[in-house]
Amino acid sequence: MIGNPLGRIARSLLILVSVLSLIACEGQAPSSGEDAKPTVTVYSSRKEHLVKPLFDRYTAKTGVEIRYITDSAGPLIARLAAEGSNTPADVLMTVDAGNLWQATEQNLLRPLTSQTLNSNIPEHLRSANNDWFGLSIRARTIVYATDRVQASELSTYENLADPAWLGRLCLRTSKKVYNQSLVATMISTLGEADAESVVSGWVANFSTDPFSSDTTMMEAIEAGQCDLGIANTYYFGRMKKADPNLKLALFWPNQNDRGVHINISGAGVTKHAKQAQAAQELLEWLSGPEAQGQLAELNQEYPANPLIKPSATVQAWGEFKADDINVEVAGRLQAAAVRLMDRADYR
Amino acid sequence: MAALVMLPVTVILLSWGTAETAIWQHLIETQLARLLGNTLILVGGVGTWVLILGVSLGWLTAMCEFPGRRWMDWALMLPLAVPSYVIAFVALGLLSYSGPIQTLWREWFGADTYFPNIRSPGGVVFVLSTVLYPYVYMLARGAFLAQGRNLVDASRLLGRSPWKSFLLVALPMARPAIAAGVSLALMETLADFGAVSIFNFDTFTTAIYKSWFGFFNLTAAAQLASLLLLFVGVALIAEQRARGDGRFHQQPRRKKERFHLQGWKALFASAFCFLVILLAFIVPVGQLLLWALETAGELDSRFWGLVLHTFMLGVMAGLALVVMALLVAYGQRLKGRHQAGLLERLAGMGYALPGSVLAVGIMTAFAFFDRELINPVREMMGLEPGQVLVGSLATLLLAYVVRFFSVAYGPIDASLERIRPVFQEAAHMLGASQWEVLKRVYFPLLTPGLLSALLLVLVDTMKEMPATLLLRPFGWDTLAVRIYEMTSEGEWQRAALPSLVLVLISIPPVIIMIRRSRQ
Repeated sequence: MIGNPLGRIARSLLILVSVLSLIACEGQAPSSGEDAKPTVTVYSSRKEHLVKPLFDRYTAKTGVEIRYITDSAGPLIARLAAEGSNTPADVLMTVDAGNLWQATEQNLLRPLTSQTLNSNIPEHLRSANNDWFGLSIRARTIVYATDRVQASELSTYENLADPAWLGRLCLRTSKKVYNQSLVATMISTLGEADAESVVSGWVANFSTDPFSSDTTMMEAIEAGQCDLGIANTYYFGRMKKADPNLKLALFWPNQNDRGVHINISGAGVTKHAKQAQAAQELLEWLSGPEAQGQLAELNQEYPANPLIKPSATVQAWGEFKADDINVEVAGRLQAAAVRLMDRADYR
Repeated sequence: MAALVMLPVTVILLSWGTAETAIWQHLIETQLARLLGNTLILVGGVGTWVLILGVSLGWLTAMCEFPGRRWMDWALMLPLAVPSYVIAFVALGLLSYSGPIQTLWREWFGADTYFPNIRSPGGVVFVLSTVLYPYVYMLARGAFLAQGRNLVDASRLLGRSPWKSFLLVALPMARPAIAAGVSLALMETLADFGAVSIFNFDTFTTAIYKSWFGFFNLTAAAQLASLLLLFVGVALIAEQRARGDGRFHQQPRRKKERFHLQGWKALFASAFCFLVILLAFIVPVGQLLLWALETAGELDSRFWGLVLHTFMLGVMAGLALVVMALLVAYGQRLKGRHQAGLLERLAGMGYALPGSVLAVGIMTAFAFFDRELINPVREMMGLEPGQVLVGSLATLLLAYVVRFFSVAYGPIDASLERIRPVFQEAAHMLGASQWEVLKRVYFPLLTPGLLSALLLVLVDTMKEMPATLLLRPFGWDTLAVRIYEMTSEGEWQRAALPSLVLVLISIPPVIIMIRRSRQ
């Protein structure tokens, strides 16, 4: 009968499956507390290729093993919340202060008293109760096509709402947290009504529907579908690296008032961390001179530690005055920003 | 079993305990009309297209003979190997304003000539249809093959035109299979997040994500998700209706001759099939290949780990699902019901839930078990508390079971349905036990159905992204995870290599699936 061998195969494979599951559970077991070299567990929404080189270096230096999973911040925070005191995670690492603020709101992080972190990371780049710390800075600025726009025509984010840019502006979708944070800081500085009229002005100037990524948006600017947009500088850096003849340039807006909008990638130690001390040491190392340069350079960002200079490539884009509003505002006003953009029909 | 599958759905339905009036009011004022409209466009458009493509291609390759039929037969299944989030970024890369085709177009015809906008509802429908029609194609083709041409011949002899014979005889007989295929495609459409977010096309799924990450309101997100489920519930009832009341059992073997198409008809059939393969598979994979060559340096040793994990998860999920779906489907037969009961229907709804929502539902439930059930037991046994379920391979496999239950259940149930009850009755009369009937009558007859269930789940699991991301054990990175890391940073070129590998390892199961069903 055909049925018999098939059934046997199915059965033996099922056994294999269960054995494999058991092995996976085994690997999952937390290392015993006696171990001199603890394993630090990280939930990271910063992508593997941007963190793994640093983790490897830390392990080589200290012998502390680091294991991690990567995912978007939302699911990771949900997981942390659901796991409660059971969580294996010692460190939560995400991009955008809005996400970290949310983790604080849900009481998932623990405040740290660390002289090192406090002196390495400026106050506006960490939370009020020191439960998370910025580790790198990303600037969200104006990108323009050098053959169609003069830098002298540009001034501020608000100016992009001017009818002069009718049919010439491209933006990324409002669903991206970077834009939500940008608008959140505008609400905080300009007030909700003014911020809304600026955003409505942007929407009126759109040359096409918003894009799903900064990169595709900049490609459209270069191809001539539109003339300018707003992007994080490292996306620009990547394109420039791939194509040195890129006909795009960065402009630093609002230099006479609040400065360029910045955000952070950052991390905190979880409330129920089993290896809290080791986790804190990891963060301290990440904020220090050895790691900061590489952390920023891996993604062409700016170091959060003001004593460390960005890479030469990044420095070549020029110095700028950054908005020093506390990045926490991005989290506090995020929902308001989303509602505002919905009302302005910014998709 | 059904209760297990219902777990995440239950977690989601519990969300209605709290009212989120402020957010709902906001949604109704600003978004809901567009969300509904877009979702309907998507469902209507994709439904129509997969129906037309799947049925026509299925009929041509099953019943007709034309040049190239032999290889296009299986090549038409290949788009199934391409995840929707991959086809979406390839299509945008190729066809957007800054892409090579439009750039060339502008050079030839000037900047102001019209070119259809790919970032439009039509574009999304097009892209999703190209990767989803194989579900309908596969099931329709199988049904046509099983029917044979006897009845169509009879109808023609009695004076009906070939078209009428097709529409009035062959098509109604294949209805259960076609309906199953379309509902799979539509559930996948509703659950799709990858493609619609790359197109920035607002649907229920994107709204769920937005309530979650923009408003940080899991409750509102879950409430939206349950509305989505309502959609699906209605669709499933419609499918039940579409299946009709008639029962079509497998007839004895019959002649397998095909209609030999001649002249322009044959040419048209060949050209049509080839065009579909070209657009849905050759062009996207070619583009992936070009991009992948630019980043071939990233093909390091860790890559094999990714491939291995991807494949192992697929196989394990496939086996687990086949066993479960077979037990449930057989249980239904024992109860004397021919169609799935309400619970099985509900169980199948997991497929239409956006992967992340489902994953969070499962995770929440299991984290609860870990905290409230397992830890107290561990304490009693003197073990230190820890996490057993969440982050274990078993939980990830369960997520796949919940998500792909209807994928496995469909083919198995359909082939069970075609086994005539008299086989079972005869076997029982000859003194066979229930188990023996399952083993000696059903199993051999079911093998094709089981195999296609296994392979379908294998391919679907390997493509699955959100649940894998959230629930994988440490170190179990897969190709889909790597693709996510690249696409979420907008680095489509670097995502091409893992995408290409994912497509390539999905091709053998797809080919086996279609080859087996030819016999």
